Amino acid sequence: MSLEMYREQILEHYKHPHNKGRLSDADTSVKDANPLCADEIEVFLKISNNKIQDVKFDGIGCAISTAATSLLTDHVKGMSLDDVKKVSRDDVFKLLGVPVSPARTKCALLSLKAIKSATYKYLGEKLDEKFG
Amino acid sequence: MDVDALRMDFPVLRRTFNGKPLAYLDNAASTQKPESVIQAVSDFYSASYSNVHRSVSSLSMEATQLFEAAREKVASFLKAKAEEVIFTRNATESLNLVAQAWGRHNLRKGDVVVVTEMDHHSNLVPWQQVAREAGAKLEFVPVTDQGELDDSFEFPEATRVFSFAQVSNVLGTVNDVKAWTKKARKQGALVVVDGAAGAPHGLVDVFDADFYAFSGHKMCGPMGAGVLWGKKSVLEEMPPFLFGGSMISKVKKEGTTWAELPAKFEAGTPNAADAIGLSRAVDYLQRVGFSSIQKHEEKLLKTTLDLLSDVPGVTVYGSAKARTPIVSFNLAGAHTHDVGSILDANAIAVRSGNHCAQVLMDRLNIAGATRASFYLYNTEDECHRLADAVKQAQMVFA
Repeated sequence: MSLEMYREQILEHYKHPHNKGRLSDADTSVKDANPLCADEIEVFLKISNNKIQDVKFDGIGCAISTAATSLLTDHVKGMSLDDVKKVSRDDVFKLLGVPVSPARTKCALLSLKAIKSATYKYLGEKLDEKFG
Repeated sequence: MDVDALRMDFPVLRRTFNGKPLAYLDNAASTQKPESVIQAVSDFYSASYSNVHRSVSSLSMEATQLFEAAREKVASFLKAKAEEVIFTRNATESLNLVAQAWGRHNLRKGDVVVVTEMDHHSNLVPWQQVAREAGAKLEFVPVTDQGELDDSFEFPEATRVFSFAQVSNVLGTVNDVKAWTKKARKQGALVVVDGAAGAPHGLVDVFDADFYAFSGHKMCGPMGAGVLWGKKSVLEEMPPFLFGGSMISKVKKEGTTWAELPAKFEAGTPNAADAIGLSRAVDYLQRVGFSSIQKHEEKLLKTTLDLLSDVPGVTVYGSAKARTPIVSFNLAGAHTHDVGSILDANAIAVRSGNHCAQVLMDRLNIAGATRASFYLYNTEDECHRLADAVKQAQMVFA
């Protein structure tokens, strides 16, 4: 691992994350945590016409997890639920654009897990996927 | 004590990461192994391996002899009798053994079990579970702002068990085991000491307690061998924890009688190889000398605290008078995992997170911390490298 993980873009999203906050009129929300590093996240989705109209998140996280959440929430805004289901871990790594060390994979994927869980919960379907 | 010479005994310390020599400052999690320990385990498997306590073959007798000599060595380290030394996997298993075997047998509704706010989950959770099952109450000795146990705590009259950390694995605070044992005894409590963070520094003069638990891997021994020391009279009264081979005397269809100590608490084939490795680790540490080790550790602790106090935004947790070389800290604006990653980029290994002490994290009102913990083979140069890397993290996140 090198310091490459902490490129300007990552630090910018960490210090000023997009979509931070809560949605009082959310159609679905999920709370998740990574007990190893004490990260906690809650995501809120506003859904209509099978599309994510708005998304917000709350919680504490490290730079990698916060930046990933900031980027991913931007990414899924306006996306159809079918497409959200197809977002992969590689998509998250691509959004981050920095090498993520194996020890930090769980941090990077926490928000993907939460957003997908919320989507599946809304659809009343079962999520069967490993994250990190 | 010649640290440079002693470092040569630890093969892993020759490694580099990102072109920099490894600075291993994660000793409170686990320690590195000297050649003599690695060799002892390897020798056992290559030359003397057989099951122990089983057959009359010369090989099996040799294996048994080596295993029992390891027990004698650990007993002499503890200034205890060999029959009071039970080999387990680690301190967690030792503490579970007491909670399950003594706790389930003796705790009743209305009893009180006392632990502390600074306990590791391995001490806290087993008692929390057993207390819940029995309808007993779990109480906590509070931790003061200095990171010490609150002296004004009064044990409730119904206290049956006081189980506590000798040394905090987060703050390094060394608790006065003798004084706390005396206090808990006034209510007739059983006293259990979690020595996982104390034994590695030779702090084992604690035997007015009933039980003392520690892990071999935190004191240069192999993974997989830990110890539960128990007072003979208490061990004799206590029912077994695990049932099976080795721990029995007579087995009939209608019932079974138990083996003598310590076999009564060692069901099944034991981890003899790693117990032998642990005894070599004790040899090694005694040869270096615990008083030299402690003096060296004090110097490392002081240097680290001095250097970190100069870094803006650093908060160090705990300021106990008696303390092992553990420094847990946070850097303002930076998550502990990010600090850990930046230290890692500098080949400095530390631990980030809650350190299996979430109740203490709540007490300190933090989610986690970065912990640097030192041992005999660490150097002043590594303290400086730590402080420099924290400064680098401070610049990245400022």
